[in-house]
Amino acid sequence: MAGADGDDSLYPIAVLIDELRNEDVQLRLNSIKKLSTIALALGVERTRTELLPFLTVLNVYFEYCLAVLSIIYTIYDEDEVLLALAEQLGNFTMLVGGPEYVHCLLPPLESLATVEETVVRDKAVESLRKISQEHSPVDLEVHFEPLVKRLASGDWFTSRTSACGLFSVCYPRVSSTVKAEIRQHFRTLCSDDTPMVRRAAASKLGEFAKVLELDYVKSDIISLFTALASDEQDSVRLLAVEACVSIATLLPQEDLESLVMPTLRQAAEDKSWRVRYMVADKFSELQKAVGPEITKNDLVPAFQNLLKDCEAEVRAAAANKVKEFCENLPEENREQIIMTHILPCVKELVSDTNQHVKSALASVIMGLSTILGKDNTIEHLLPLFLAQLKDECPEVRLNIISNLDCVNEVIGIRQLSQSLLPAIVELAEDAKWRVRLAIIEYMPLLAGQLPLTKSLCRVVVYAIREAATCNLMKLVEKFGAEWAQNTIVPKVLGMANDPNYLHRMTTLFCINALSEACGQDITTKQMLPVVLKMSNDQVANVRFNVAKSLQKIGPVLDSNALQTEVKPVLEKLATDTDMDVKYFAQEAISGTRFTLASLHISTKSDLPF
Amino acid sequence: MNHTDVEVLSDCSIRSIMMATGNFLKNRAMSSAATTSPSVDKVDGFSRKSVRKAKQKRSQSSSQFRAQGKPIELTPLPLLKDVPAPEQPELFLKKLQQCCTVFDFIDTLSDLKMKEYKRSTLNELVDYVTVSRGYLTEQAYPEVVKMVSHNIFRTLPPSDSNEFDPEEDEPTLEASWPHLQLVYEFFIRFLESQEFQPSIAKKYIDQKFVLQLLELFDSEDPRERDYLKTVLHRIYGKFLGLRAFIRKQINNIFLRFVYETEHFNGVAELLEILGSIINGFALPLKAEHKQFLVKVLIPLHTVRSLSLFHAQLAYCIVQFLEKDPTLTEPVIRGLLKFWPKTCSQKEVMFLGELEEILDVIEPTQFVKIQEPLFKQISRCVSSPHFQVAERALYYWNNEYIMSLIEENSSVILPIMFSSLYRISKEHWNPAIVALVYNVLKAFMEMNSTLFDELTATYKSDRQREKKKEKEREDLWKKLEDLELKRGLRNDGIIPT
Repeated sequence: MAGADGDDSLYPIAVLIDELRNEDVQLRLNSIKKLSTIALALGVERTRTELLPFLTVLNVYFEYCLAVLSIIYTIYDEDEVLLALAEQLGNFTMLVGGPEYVHCLLPPLESLATVEETVVRDKAVESLRKISQEHSPVDLEVHFEPLVKRLASGDWFTSRTSACGLFSVCYPRVSSTVKAEIRQHFRTLCSDDTPMVRRAAASKLGEFAKVLELDYVKSDIISLFTALASDEQDSVRLLAVEACVSIATLLPQEDLESLVMPTLRQAAEDKSWRVRYMVADKFSELQKAVGPEITKNDLVPAFQNLLKDCEAEVRAAAANKVKEFCENLPEENREQIIMTHILPCVKELVSDTNQHVKSALASVIMGLSTILGKDNTIEHLLPLFLAQLKDECPEVRLNIISNLDCVNEVIGIRQLSQSLLPAIVELAEDAKWRVRLAIIEYMPLLAGQLPLTKSLCRVVVYAIREAATCNLMKLVEKFGAEWAQNTIVPKVLGMANDPNYLHRMTTLFCINALSEACGQDITTKQMLPVVLKMSNDQVANVRFNVAKSLQKIGPVLDSNALQTEVKPVLEKLATDTDMDVKYFAQEAISGTRFTLASLHISTKSDLPF
Repeated sequence: MNHTDVEVLSDCSIRSIMMATGNFLKNRAMSSAATTSPSVDKVDGFSRKSVRKAKQKRSQSSSQFRAQGKPIELTPLPLLKDVPAPEQPELFLKKLQQCCTVFDFIDTLSDLKMKEYKRSTLNELVDYVTVSRGYLTEQAYPEVVKMVSHNIFRTLPPSDSNEFDPEEDEPTLEASWPHLQLVYEFFIRFLESQEFQPSIAKKYIDQKFVLQLLELFDSEDPRERDYLKTVLHRIYGKFLGLRAFIRKQINNIFLRFVYETEHFNGVAELLEILGSIINGFALPLKAEHKQFLVKVLIPLHTVRSLSLFHAQLAYCIVQFLEKDPTLTEPVIRGLLKFWPKTCSQKEVMFLGELEEILDVIEPTQFVKIQEPLFKQISRCVSSPHFQVAERALYYWNNEYIMSLIEENSSVILPIMFSSLYRISKEHWNPAIVALVYNVLKAFMEMNSTLFDELTATYKSDRQREKKKEKEREDLWKKLEDLELKRGLRNDGIIPT
């Protein structure tokens, strides 16, 4: 074992501690982050006996001395340093000599767990949870559990909130007497008089319930759950909703009705919108936890109410869950429930006054078509999709377009193209670029699903203007070179004369993307002349893009065209007044020569395709 | 509850406190100090998609979780002045009961007639409690509290917290204000009425009532917060049994604000009330109050939206120090701990507050904190942000601070010297350089021997610092080598 190593004596702990004390926060932070290096240098023995006690003092910001009514400061430190310290200590087990000694990390972490700053405290608790696993059962009872108890009965709220996160990690591994004590402590904290502690307890309720024996879940947890769910502060009540999911999963079905449902019903109708929001947000989890029977009788009406809630926040959260909720309904009467109870609410939401509600709905509504099948989709859902495609809010339109594929699966291409395509084509000219972009992104997908129609071509033209070159390539691959030559190439080349230089550049970008797919003939005969002509453009950006394009399409051209047409133009560009044009022209020349050589060797046999 | 609370609530009214904080702001020679506010990008803590980006910006909101539908019918009652005096108390109660009915103001067209009826009834009630005598029977108390509770206690609507910048944006106003205002007005007159007896009222104005009242301070509507301030101030003044409870709940609100949500609209108002409460604290200060100062007020400085309530906060802090000068050290150390790292606007605010504190500091307390304090000031003076540097250099225009510096020049001069010397040569802003020259000149006049000494050793000191820097680097390098070597030599050194 190291420790007697000669090197160690070179670094007396004083020097290292000096570093941890440096006036510059950054240096202090750096040295804390290298704590493991220091520990390694010291060896396990000295880390335990010298370094750790020092660290315990380090994080005491101020010790309140009420007896003398004066405040004594020891070393008060930046929270950032303390955060690094809390994190480091979680990985320190091996550096203090392994699990056997891990308990000596507890004192510094304990005082870190009482710090005001939430981030530090949470990190300390995280580290404590981590090292609790490395304690032997005996050590856990001798060292760890007393620490939890001390924190749980601390004066200031910070230690009590930290304690809440530690119960569940030690409970499974201690004796039944200690278990009883832990349960008692948890009970006390659930009715703590500071809301911060009650919030911490409520947020750990589900986790704690999971490690408890079922009998205690029924006797202890349920009463705590009921109490927290009717707390005077809505911030506590809403956390109880989260716990509800875990608790409901733990209980046998026959107990749910009497033990959980009254509270859940109450939460769904809470006077605070925050609590109702939470219920809406956790609806799918709740639904799974309580099972199909209760869902049918209780959750369906509750869900209807949430969809009609007076606060937009709640409606939006519920709208987000429409698809999941419907999917998880019991299969035998799913369709009937959706058609009679859910769909009417959904119809109302389509014309909600709040755009976020509508867009939340738009992001999931298409999913309903798979659940409801072809006929219902055509009859009931398509009108809603159409309405949303025409919604004034771009986000709503966007969300619908982004989910087109799942509708296609259900109702088939013909129906889709008849009913939705006109609206989609309209959107390709949408004023919001995000919508146009979404259309372009879905273009190959649409092309795969829709028959090649005139209207689609119009969409493609817009796509070109948006320089969606990568999609263009995919399209040409799909429909073939001939189609490209007839529909796309003329449009592309037409833009070479556009007054806007950005559009002229688009021509070049499109040619880059198309040349390979179109083949040598079209490239040489139709595209090359245009590119060469553009080498005289006034705008330097266009000229250097000409150089780039020439390099790019070089491999597709035949060697004759390269020598007689491309080379002179590149050489001319290489003497351009603009620095960038020169640079790219030279690049292209060296690049093209290389391809020339390879062309000679392999003749024409390895053209693309 | 502690009923023998001895502290007195200072009798200066809320109004005068507001003036005091206002003057306080003007008093600090802010000059060119930052006027632009930091963008207050508060986090609700409560995960929620920002649902209200709606382009038609609502100016009004209300969240009464109401049953939709049915029109409301109230049977008109005769005017109080039209009935004989003995019948008035009975009618008063009936009117209070009628006013418990709450209307939907988001729907501007519903129940117009009844809304108007309630408004005029409320107006009548306001006048009645102001001028009438003998109306306050014991039965009236629960009815008054019930009426007020029904009207003002409600869950506040979701706020635009993600985008709402209280200094830039118009606040969302409470839609039901036409009624709400009169209810508040009525309640204040009721509390201030000569016939009002706290001993009877305390049965109804209890902890639960106060708790709900405090939650309303989060209202986005500044008019409502203003009324709440007066209401809470009156309750604090009249109900001794609720004082400790109120302070504790304000504590909780602040702690949640600082450590959990960073969102609460009424911080400035609550601090204003606290300002007057602190003013009335009995000496020696209770441990509870000191704890409040150190563990709640000081951490409030860390919040991003500090600019919205800094004047009130600084007022509270100075109040504490005037009460008990021995608290100066923990306060200044606290401020130094939370000194802003990246926000220059906040740094300027901190410097302003610190000057306020130095204005009232006792020389014995000054000596205790001068070292850490001037290390920070020396950092501020050399800040590349000229407003920060300028604000710090203005300390040298303050006669009292100058006298303190002069008394302790042997300690302060060495701390300040190197930054002053450096920026006198390097700072980009000529105004700062000019100010620095003045400060250097002042130091030279104070203690010329020390000044000359420091000038002479400036270079060698810098070299020594560099050497030390190098030593540190070497140390770390050696340590890393060591770690590497160990790792190589003995992969199994760490028992597994």
